[in-house]
Parts: sequence; structure tokens; C-alpha cells
Amino acid sequence: MAGTTSKVTLAKGLNMGLRKAMEADDKVLLMGEDVGKLGGVFRITDGLQKDFGEDRVIDSPLAESGIVGTAVGMAMRGYRPVVEIQFDGFVYPAYDQIVCQVAKLHFRSQGRIKMPMVIRIPFGGGIGAVEHHSESPEAQFAHTPGLKVVTCSNPVDGYWMIQQAIAHDDPVIFLEPKRQYHAEKTELDEDATPAPLFTSKVVRPGSDATVLAYGPTVKTAMKAAEVAAGEGTSLEVIDLRTLSPLDLDPVFASVRRTGRAVVVHEAHVNLGLGSEIAARITEECFYALEAPVLRVGGFDTPYPASRLEEEWLPDLDRVLDAVDRSLEF
Amino acid sequence: MTHQDTGFGPDLVEVFGPKHEDGGPELIQLLTPEGERVHHPEFDMEFTAEELRGFYRDMVLVRRIDVEATALQRHGELGIWAQLLGQEAAQIGAGRAVRPNDFVFPTYREHGVAWCRGLDPLHLISLFRGVDHGGWNPHDHNFNLYTIVIGAQTLHAVGYAMGMQRDGVVGTGDPDRDAAVLAHFGDGASSQGDVNESFIFAASYNAPVVFFCQNNQWAISEPIERQSRIPLYQRALGFGFPGVRVDGNDVLATYAVTQAALQRARDGQGPSMIEAFTYRMGAHTTTDDPTRYRLSADVESWKLKDPISRLEVYIKRNGYADDAFFADLAEEADQLGHALREGTKAMPDPKPLDIFDRVYAEITPELAEQRDAFTAYLSSFEGSH
Ligand SMILES: Cc1ncc(C[n+]2csc(CCOP(=O)(O)OP(=O)(O)O)c2C)c(N)n1
Ligand SMILES: [Mg+2]
Repeated sequence: MAGTTSKVTLAKGLNMGLRKAMEADDKVLLMGEDVGKLGGVFRITDGLQKDFGEDRVIDSPLAESGIVGTAVGMAMRGYRPVVEIQFDGFVYPAYDQIVCQVAKLHFRSQGRIKMPMVIRIPFGGGIGAVEHHSESPEAQFAHTPGLKVVTCSNPVDGYWMIQQAIAHDDPVIFLEPKRQYHAEKTELDEDATPAPLFTSKVVRPGSDATVLAYGPTVKTAMKAAEVAAGEGTSLEVIDLRTLSPLDLDPVFASVRRTGRAVVVHEAHVNLGLGSEIAARITEECFYALEAPVLRVGGFDTPYPASRLEEEWLPDLDRVLDAVDRSLEF
Repeated sequence: MTHQDTGFGPDLVEVFGPKHEDGGPELIQLLTPEGERVHHPEFDMEFTAEELRGFYRDMVLVRRIDVEATALQRHGELGIWAQLLGQEAAQIGAGRAVRPNDFVFPTYREHGVAWCRGLDPLHLISLFRGVDHGGWNPHDHNFNLYTIVIGAQTLHAVGYAMGMQRDGVVGTGDPDRDAAVLAHFGDGASSQGDVNESFIFAASYNAPVVFFCQNNQWAISEPIERQSRIPLYQRALGFGFPGVRVDGNDVLATYAVTQAALQRARDGQGPSMIEAFTYRMGAHTTTDDPTRYRLSADVESWKLKDPISRLEVYIKRNGYADDAFFADLAEEADQLGHALREGTKAMPDPKPLDIFDRVYAEITPELAEQRDAFTAYLSSFEGSH
């Protein structure tokens, strides 16, 4: 069909997805700091207030607990609030509302209260920012029963996953790799049929080792796979996409073939998603493993000043180093 | 509708009057935008020519720091910069009212206050360059690190003030001993839970803290109306302490009001709030584009209230400084600009292994292991690049 295919950035894909969701259901509301007139500091909500009005695209007072807390009330009243947290490091004033209220209301009310809320958080580093603008808080939410946590790594997933998250009846923490917002454009076919939301995806087949990534590190993993291919090593790359629940069947299938797995995320290694994934792989694929599951991530320190962030963040070399260590084990 | 009709007391307009774009009749002013010296029944003060020149010099030099840093960001030397343009009087007035024993909790925009506390501006530059998260020792300057999480520092300020109470440095009557805390925040920050909780704690314990809110009319793209229906300073009363609104573009009034509020606090009379009514003349930060959300006409009208030019007019008209003063100051500003540019370019980058230092009082064995593995990893590249 003509006119439904275009080349878009992640920012544009998300913007189009939000627009689609708002057109499809007039209960969908956007709330957050600077999301209205400005269109958000990353312009993800650009133009939406103009087209859907101030009742549906709400510039909120500067208070994250206030934003999420009032979104709870909106959800109880039948709305589907999509909350924008301006940067990862600013979600914590809302942390209490998220883990004590948003996550538990369905359970506490025996399912009588639905919480179809999406909390969008630009996350991850590499943009040369000051403190609190480059963090990866996913494990803190994935650790909380009642919340679902997903992350898109590319424009096409951004477009589909945000719509799926909004249509989903449970609260979803939706993590967007901010470094990718305005990076490459990808061909988006709006008539395609997307994969279900809570599924992971093999994004590059390979046979020697399996590299698991999500959000910003998918790109790193793909580059590593390319370099490794040049050196005669075949890496399979899986984009996890969903962090809670995890969809590990494709991972197990892969590791049973390769016998080796490396998990890559920007978040701290200690008790990061990689720890859970390594445990599950060990439980499911113990006899297929040729090496321990290795984790590559941010060091267990606060996020450093930006002049050091490229050292702190897992990069191509650190992924390849882990792959080598796995192969040589 | 009036209170007789509803039983809920007077309505807002009855109490607060109509909204005043210019700050309204409560605005405390000692120097008009035209550079006329006016008097105030409670906060009047006399200033010597030397003091006036001092304020002027401070404002000119911090504006220069701001202009240089903005240019350095444009040239790729800084990751980002938060401009103070237009807020020089609010910051110098407040900063000069602080005494050595007082302690200041800034936001991320308090470059003028930092200047008054004797901080080398290169410390501010290194933060925005991404060299460190704040390279100065807060205890050396009685000036905390910048706080970027909106509002968090107001609670720290109250706690610090509660510590002062326990240390017996409040209300002793000894001017060399008594101290107070100055807590900075913005109009947007006034919505945060932390800020409102800090008001509660300060009132509850009668803490020696002055809440200094620079209402620059904007929180990134959101105008003050999104945060408050009433003048911000009026909120203080509801929490149980007094509040005033000062012309934040008038360095004399800001100084007079802040030093009175700090003195109250040092004397043991408890917290108060100052709303410095000002305007953010620049973008929120160097990454912001304010043309998307505000009218240039508004910015133009605030240009007429510029804090530096009004003091310049006053000084010149009354002969409080000679031509040599202005020429010397221009020279001094140029030298400062030069020093900032050179200092920035000469700034050493932090070293990768610095990442592991000082996460804890003493590095844990676990983290030391991680550091050692990273050291080995880095040395595996030696010679290969
Ligand atoms: C908790 C938190 N939420 C959001 C932000 C992002 N942010 C940085 S500055 C700002 C606006 C602050 O406005 P205001 O308090 O008026 O201070 P100003 O920038 O005008 O000096 C916002 C929303 C932040 N730093 N911290
Ligand atoms: Mg402001």
C-alpha cells in the first residue's frame, strides 16, 4: 500500500506510534514535563499537543511523584496514561508510586483495578550529559513484581512496541535508548504485522557464541558480530526486547547450539539483568554450556563524568574480549 | 463569588489581587529598571560607592563567565552549559549577603553565588565539560556541590541548618559565631515533593534556613502558571513562616532582603522564603530552543529590566565610579575570559581507573577486583594502538 512506508529515526517511530495509539483510543493520554508545547526535550511528543489538545497531552508541574500518582487516578478512571519521565535519573522521585502503587494495585484489588499505564523513560548513556542523565535503572523495575519492562532498540520496534505497550492492560516501564533517538533511519512499513510485545528476537544468526543485548547495546552487539565475522567467529545476536517477563526460549535454543553466552547491558553488572539471565541459562542449558555465561556491563560504580563514559560503557572491544574469553574457556 | 457565598474563605483574587506580570506592588525594590534609587519602608539600606562598584564588578564578571562558557560549549569544549543570563543580580545580591560561616546549597545554575563563595570558575566549567561531577570541596567554600535532581538540595539545607542548631551556632548573639543556611531552588522546583517537605521540616524545627527561589518565570518550557496560581512567596505563610518577593534584577534590594532574612535565621527566628522575581534571558541550557515556547516580545520587555545596566546608569549618573574603573573592569573581564578559555583547553581529562576511586570510604575487595581486571584489560591494548 502506498504511503505507509517511510524511513524514520527512533524518535520519529515513537512519535508516530504514540500518534497511532492516540488515534486508536481516545482514552490514551500523555503526561509529563515539557511534553506539550515543547514536544518533550527529545521531541518524542512533537506536534501531539497541537493535534490532540491540552487535555490529552498534558504539561505537568515539575514533580515526578505527582505525575505518576495522578496517572494512577487517571487509570482508575478508565484512561490509559502514557507518562514521560524526562531522564532515567529523574524517575526516583516517582519510585514509591511506581513500586508501591502502580505495581501492586491490580494484585491488591484482586484484579478489580486495572493499571494500563505506560511509563516511558529515555535511558542509557553516551550523550555527553551531566549526572543523572545516563542511567540504566531497568533491573530496579524488573525486580518488582507487577511491572512489565520492555525496551526497543530500533525505530521499527519503537513504532510497534509503544502501541502494544499502550494497548496492554498491565503497567509497562518502557525504556527508550536515548542515544539512538536521532541516530540512523530505518525503513518502517506501517502495514507489517509486528512480533508480539513480550518476545525476544534473533537479530543475527550465528553458531559460535550467543550475544544477548537490549536497548542501546544491540547496536554494540551487532557491530561486534560484524567484526568477529571478519575474524572467522560467528556470533548469534538476540535482542531481548522484553526484560520482565523475560522471553528466554529463543535464548535457550540458541545457547544449546552455541554452548556459549555473553550478556551485554549498560547497567551495572552486579545484580543486573545479566545475573538473572546467566542463572536461567545455567539452569536450562547446563549440559550444553562450554563456558560460564559472561556478563559485560557498566562497572559497579556510579555513572562517571561524561569524559569517562565511553570507558565505563560496554563497547565493541569489551564485548569481543568477553567473546574471546568464552571461546578460550 | 465571595467567601460569604461558599463558606471557604476569601477567593484567590481577593487575597492576592490580579496577576502582575511585573511582580506587583509587593515587589521589593531599591533600584528601578531606569536606575532610579527608591526607598522601602522595611528593607532600605545605604550603600557606599565602593559597595556599589563591588556589586557591579561581580555582575559584569559573572556575566562574562556565562558568556565564555556558552561560547566554549558552542565550540564543543563543554557538553552543556546552564546559563545564568539575566539572573546576575539575584545571585550576586544573595551571594554577597552570605557570611563566611553560612552555608549555601545551590542548584546547577548558581554560578554567581559560586563566584561570591570564591570558587574558581574552572570548577564549574569542569563539571559541565564532563571532567567531574563537582571538583570543589564544599567544606572549603561552605558551598555544596551543584544538585541536578530538582529540589533535593532544599532538604539537605534544612538538615544542615538543624545541625547548626545542635552545634549552638544559632541565636547566640555573637556575630562571629551565628550562622544560617541559604537554600537555592527554582520556580519549577517549587512543585517538587522534596521542596514542600523541606518547608515543613524547616517550620517544624524553626531551622535557620533561608529558602531563596529564583522565579525566572520558566521551568524549561513550562511557564510559572503551571506551577503556581498564587505568587510563590505567598506559599511560605501556609507553611508557617514569612515570605517576601524581591526584584531579582535589583542587586541592591536582593542583597538587602537576603541579608535581613539570613540575619533573622542566624538570630534564631527561623526560616523564611525569598522569591527573587527575575527572568531567564537565555535558553534553559545550551541544548534548549526557547523559540519553540515563548515570545521574543517577552524577552525584549525583560531586556529593559537588565540588572547590570540599571546599576551602571545609577553609578554613572551619580559619579560613583570614574572612567578608569570601567576601563579596568573591561580589561579584567577580558583577562578572565582568556583565563577560562585557556584553562578549559588545558584541563586534563580524568583517567579511566579514576572511575573506581572513592565510591566508598575504602574500596571493597569486590570492586578492587573489578578495577584490577579492567587494568589488565586496558594494558592488553598497550602497543596495539
Ligand atoms: C527530579 C528532576 N526532574 C526533572 C529534571 C529535568 N529538569 C532539569 S531543569 C528543569 C526545570 C527546572 O526549572 P526551575 O526549577 O524553574 O529552575 P531553572 O532551570 O529555571 O533555573 C527540569 C525539569 C531534573 N533535573 N530533576
Ligand atoms: Mg525557573
